[in-house]
Amino acid sequence: MTMIKKFSMAAMAVAMSATSSLAATNITWWHGMGGRNGEVINEISQKFNASQTACALTPISKGTYEEALATGIAAFRSGEQPNILQVFDAGAATIINAKGATVAAEDLINNAGYKFDREAFIEGVRYFYADSEGKFIGMPFNSSAPIMYVNPQAFEKAGVEVPKTWEEFEAVAPKLKEAGFIPLTASQLTWQFTENFFSRQNIQFANNNNGYDSVVDTKMNLTDKNLVMMFEKLKAWSDAGLYKFYGASWNDNQKPFEEGKVAMWIGSSGSFGGLQKTASMPFSADFLPYWSGIQGAGTNTFIGGAALFAMAGKPEAENKCTADFFQFLTSPEVQKFYHQATGYVAITKAAYELAKSEGYYEKTPVAEVGIKQLMLPSGEWSKGYRLGFYPQIRSIMEREYNKIFSGETTVQKAFETIEKEGNDLLARFAKTAG
Amino acid sequence: MAYTTSQPQLGGFLSRLGFGKSARKKNAVATEEMKRVQFTSPVLPYLFLFPQLAVIFIFFYWPSVQAMNSSFYLEDPFGFGSTFVGLSNYTDVIFSSEYQSIALFTAVFTVLVTFLSLSLGLLLAVKADRVIRGASTYKTLLIAVYAIAAPVSGLIGMMIFDQHVGPFVKMMSYFGWHMQVGLNYYDTAFAMTVVAVWKQIPYNFIFFLSGLQNVPVSVREAAMIDCRSGLRRFWTVILPLLAPTAFFLLTINVTYALFDTFGIIDVMVKDKPANNPVTLVYKVYADGFRGNDIGGSSAQSVILMIVVFVLTIFQFRFIERRVHYN
Repeated sequence: MTMIKKFSMAAMAVAMSATSSLAATNITWWHGMGGRNGEVINEISQKFNASQTACALTPISKGTYEEALATGIAAFRSGEQPNILQVFDAGAATIINAKGATVAAEDLINNAGYKFDREAFIEGVRYFYADSEGKFIGMPFNSSAPIMYVNPQAFEKAGVEVPKTWEEFEAVAPKLKEAGFIPLTASQLTWQFTENFFSRQNIQFANNNNGYDSVVDTKMNLTDKNLVMMFEKLKAWSDAGLYKFYGASWNDNQKPFEEGKVAMWIGSSGSFGGLQKTASMPFSADFLPYWSGIQGAGTNTFIGGAALFAMAGKPEAENKCTADFFQFLTSPEVQKFYHQATGYVAITKAAYELAKSEGYYEKTPVAEVGIKQLMLPSGEWSKGYRLGFYPQIRSIMEREYNKIFSGETTVQKAFETIEKEGNDLLARFAKTAG
Repeated sequence: MAYTTSQPQLGGFLSRLGFGKSARKKNAVATEEMKRVQFTSPVLPYLFLFPQLAVIFIFFYWPSVQAMNSSFYLEDPFGFGSTFVGLSNYTDVIFSSEYQSIALFTAVFTVLVTFLSLSLGLLLAVKADRVIRGASTYKTLLIAVYAIAAPVSGLIGMMIFDQHVGPFVKMMSYFGWHMQVGLNYYDTAFAMTVVAVWKQIPYNFIFFLSGLQNVPVSVREAAMIDCRSGLRRFWTVILPLLAPTAFFLLTINVTYALFDTFGIIDVMVKDKPANNPVTLVYKVYADGFRGNDIGGSSAQSVILMIVVFVLTIFQFRFIERRVHYN
C-alpha cells in the first residue's frame, strides 16, 4: 500500500513539475564546473526555480572552463547557444570582443525593468568583465583573488612574523628554512606573479589601457624591469632553497603545503573550502605580498574565476528570465549562500555585510581575506586586462617559467620570448576581431 | 566468407592505385569471379556500402574539407567575420620555433613508441607461445592491460610518476635520479613514453601471438631439422612468416603514437603543457579548443593530414613490397 502511495505521489509530482515547466519559460545555463562547485550550481538553480513560476532554469555542465567556452562557441555558430554561458577570466577577451555574441549584462537587466547599480559591487570585481566605460558585459559569478595561505606552526617554530611585503619575506625566509620548512610555494605564477603582479604593484600591463580600449596594436609590457626583478628574485630564492617550484600544475605546488612542509603558499581565495578538508595542520591566510620599494605598490588585485554571459539571439521572454536570474543571483542571500558553500568571494557589498553581520568571518577569518584584498584601494592599473588569445599567451608563459626554474633560460630572455610571441598572438587576434 | 572477399577487393583497390604490382593480375581474376557469384543486382553492393560510406563522408571527408577551407582564413571564433589570408596560417605555423620543436618531439616519440611497443610485444608473444603450463593465465594477464582506456592509463602513469608520492620516483631517488615529471622536459618525456608503450604492448601481443599460432607446425618441424639455433630459426623462418602481421601492426602503431596517445598526454600534463613535451595532435587541440584560433589550428590539422597521407603511401609502396602474403 505504501509503495502504491509513494508511487502515485511521485507520479503526481512529475505531472505537476511537467505542467509548471510547460507554462514557464525555459532557459539554459552552460557552465564549466564539476565536483562540489557543480552541485552548488544545481542547488542555486533549484532555489531560483522554487522562488518563482515564470521561468525554469536548467544548468548543464560542459566539462572544464575551456570546454564550456569551446562548446558555447560551437553552439553559437550553429544557432543552438544557451541563454547563459560561463566564461573564465582568460577567455574574457574572446567573448567580449565578439560584438553581437552577447547582450551586455547591464543592458539586459535594465531592459527587464530593473535598475542596475555598478556601485553595489565591490571594487575589485567591477571592471574585469566590463568594457572600457565600465559597463558590465559579463555578470561576475565565481570570483576569487590570489591570497597567501600561512602555516602558523612554521612561524611559531622559526619565531618570526608573517610578512606583508616581499622585503619582509626576504628577512624571515632564511629563518623558516632553518626551522626545517620550505618557506614559499605558489600555484599559478601566470595569475599570481604576472597578471596580479601588475595590479598589486600598480604597473601598466599592456598599452591601449591594458587592452580595454582597442585590440589594434595592443602590446604587452612584459619586459618591465620590476616584473623581471620579481622573477629574478624568485629564481634566486629557488636557488637558495627559500622558494620551491614544482611546475605549472596547480596541485603539485599545493600538495606540500597541505602536508605541512611549507610555511607560505600562494593560492586562491577559493582554495580554502578544499584546504579545510586536505590540510594536515591548522592554517590561516593573508594578503598577497607586494614590494614596498616600488612606488604606488600595495593596490588591490582583480578577480579571477569566471563570469556569466547572456548570449545574443534569444527571444525577449527568455532574456527577461535571464535578467531575473541575474537579479536573483546577486541578491545578498544567494550571494552569501554561494560564498559560504564554495569559498568564492561575495561580489556585492550587501552580501559581504550580511555575512559579516552574522559573524561568519569571526568563525572563519580566512574567508574574508580575499574580499578584503579586492576591496583595497584601486590604482590606475589594478582593474584587470583585456587581451586576446590569452589562454595561449598563458601557455607560453608557463613554458618559459618552467625553463627559468630548470635553468634552460635566463629571466630576461624568457620575458623577451614571451613578449615577442605574445605580441604576435595579439596582432593575430586583432586581425580576427577586426 | 566476408573476410576472404574483402581481401582481394582491397588488393584490387590498392593495385589500381599502383601498389603491389605482382598481385594485380591474380587479384583481378579473383575479383571477377567473386562478382559473378555474389551479387545479382548491380545496385545491391552499393546499397550495402552506403551506410559505411555515409559515415565516412559525414565524419571524415566533410570535416576535412571544412578544415582545409578554414585553414586559409583568419576567423573570429564566433563566426562573425573571416578574412582570407592565403597561406599565412601555414607559414606562421611552420616557421614557429615552438611548432618545430613539437614536431621533432612527435617524430622521436612516434619512432620510440612504435619500436618499443612492437619489439616488446613480439618478445612477449614469442615467449608466451612457448609456455606450456599455465599458458592461458599468462596470456590473459598480458592481454588484460589492453582493456584500460587511455585516460585511465594516463592517470595511472601520472600517479606512478607523481613528484610527491609516485612509487617509481621514490625508487629512482635511491639511485640518485630525482625525477620531476611536469617540470623537467626529459623526465616527462620518459614517463609519457613508458605509459604509451605499456598501453600498446597487449595489442601487439595479441596479434603477434595469433600470427605465431598460424605458423604451420610442419614448417617449424622442417626448420628444426635444418637448423639447431633457435634464434636463427626465428630470424629466417618465423619472422618472414610474421611479416604481414608486423606490417599491419607497424601501420597501426604509428597511428597510435601519433594520434591515440592524446588521452595519455592530456592527463599527464594536467591541462598545463608548460615546457613539457606534447605531440602535434595535442597542439591542434590546444590552439583550436583552448585558444579558439580556428585558422591556425585548421592549418595544423591539414599539415598532420598530409604527414599521415605521405606516411601511408610510403609504408605501402616501400615496405609492403617486401611483405609476402601467402
